[in-house]
Amino acid sequence: MIIEGFIALYIFMLAAFTGYEIISKVPVILHTPLMSGSNFVHGIVLVGTMVALGHAQTPLEQAIGFVAVILAAGNAVGGYVVTERMLEMFTTSKKDDKKGDKA
Amino acid sequence: MSLIINLAYFAAAVLFIVGLKQMSSPTTARPGIIWAGVGMVIATLVTFVHPEISGGVNYTLIILGIAIGGALAWWSGKKVAMTDMPQMIALYNGMGGGAAAGIGAIYLLQATPETVTNTGLAIAVTGSLIGSVAFSGSLVAYAKLEGLMKKTFTFGGQQVVNIAIFAITVLLGFMMATSGGEIGSFSLLLFFVLALAFGVLMTLPIGGADMPVVISLYNALTGLAVGLKGIVLDNPALMIAGIVVGAAGTLLTQLMAKAMNRPIKNILFSQFGGSSGGAEEEIEGTMKEIQANDAGIMMAYAEKVIIVPGYGMAVAQAQHKIWEFTQLLQKRGVDVKFAIHPVAGRMPGHMNVLLAEAGVPYDIIFDLDEINEEFKTADVAMVIGANDVVNPVARTNPESPIYGMPILNADQARNVICVKRGKGAGFSGIENHLFYADNNQMLYGDGQKVAAELVASVKALG
Repeated sequence: MIIEGFIALYIFMLAAFTGYEIISKVPVILHTPLMSGSNFVHGIVLVGTMVALGHAQTPLEQAIGFVAVILAAGNAVGGYVVTERMLEMFTTSKKDDKKGDKA
Repeated sequence: MSLIINLAYFAAAVLFIVGLKQMSSPTTARPGIIWAGVGMVIATLVTFVHPEISGGVNYTLIILGIAIGGALAWWSGKKVAMTDMPQMIALYNGMGGGAAAGIGAIYLLQATPETVTNTGLAIAVTGSLIGSVAFSGSLVAYAKLEGLMKKTFTFGGQQVVNIAIFAITVLLGFMMATSGGEIGSFSLLLFFVLALAFGVLMTLPIGGADMPVVISLYNALTGLAVGLKGIVLDNPALMIAGIVVGAAGTLLTQLMAKAMNRPIKNILFSQFGGSSGGAEEEIEGTMKEIQANDAGIMMAYAEKVIIVPGYGMAVAQAQHKIWEFTQLLQKRGVDVKFAIHPVAGRMPGHMNVLLAEAGVPYDIIFDLDEINEEFKTADVAMVIGANDVVNPVARTNPESPIYGMPILNADQARNVICVKRGKGAGFSGIENHLFYADNNQMLYGDGQKVAAELVASVKALG
């Protein structure tokens, strides 16, 4: 174990504040892409499913792991594709972000 | 080798945070998602040499799984219409939750008294519960928004049943977490079945109008579940990315709920409308009709026009024609602005995406707070495909389920034109008093057809 007990708790706390802070100034126009983007980021679960399937031993574990990898890959790839599609459209409009720092 | 893996995970965590940060500003949003994508690729590739992965069959399954899941998601993500984005996000999000639950299931199956501690079990159980609820709940949200499930589903004592199921699930989880690793396969199965059932039952009674907030909530929950799995698997990349998303998603959920003036606990624990709508007051006035040609001319000779687009416009695919109409008006010197309600479309920011798709520059698109005072000075407010977000009862009638929701004050413009497919109430099923106002005229027809007629009428003026 590299992350032990209280260290995990500290990481948890700091990551939670980080997440809260980086979103706090997002304008309304980006809410949908951002939700989609954060949806993509938790697609990192793919790494976890790979490891879980990697040390699966019984057929049942392998079956669960296999399904989990499919689902996780869907999360990551799908999340990326739709977010990128949405944000791509924003950059084609005028370079003008005077619109709202309001959340 | 483990140094390389750890460095790669560290880099991925940094890239995710930088990416998310950049995604919160329009000018840097695009690079933001790309950086996050780079982080994901690095983390995924390096995992192939992870020391805990063994067995040729498992490698094959991993590659096959990524290929299948990735290809399906790629294809569906490329082809989905912008209007259907919310349910697509719900679907992908549910998949992530399911994956987290899957990790938990394997961990709990493999648990033996020698390999696990009760703390580890407790975290795994919690993550599995949250992941399962996010999985089945998101699928229901997807089905509802996709129109596969039309009605809200309620039965007597539903809340009691939900609470009971949740309590039993938690109790089972508690027993597993304190078992020291001796987990019976029956209780494990029951635990997952009940957790999944709870996600379904919790989401079923929630109306379509509240769904965006629910999707956002499940997004945050999936993040949290992934973060917890990161602790279980001793994987910092999962941990950081998951928790960051969990926190960011929670904040986003609150922002959305606030924009809709629907406290989160009301959304989750009481249905929209329902029995409270019993005492509908009589509406004074009548609906007047206007033809597209007259409406077009009225706007062509106006000084200031504010367009209030709603999801109905996007469903009719009218946004391109509306933009063409707007450009014609602008050529005639008319000041045209778009007023966007926070929940126009299916979730905050969705309408901006749809207008951006049509090519409308975002310097003429305004938020509720920015534009609401301007309706008083507008000659014409054209409401197209929107309904509840301009319903004045939200200001006037405390009995109404939408009372207190911030609305666009379209009724304060000198003239109001409401483009609508047909008579009848909106998404929430509440009568719109604006339609009966003296300064309002109804323009009936399919959004795209109406928009085309408007374009033609202005062109005819030469």
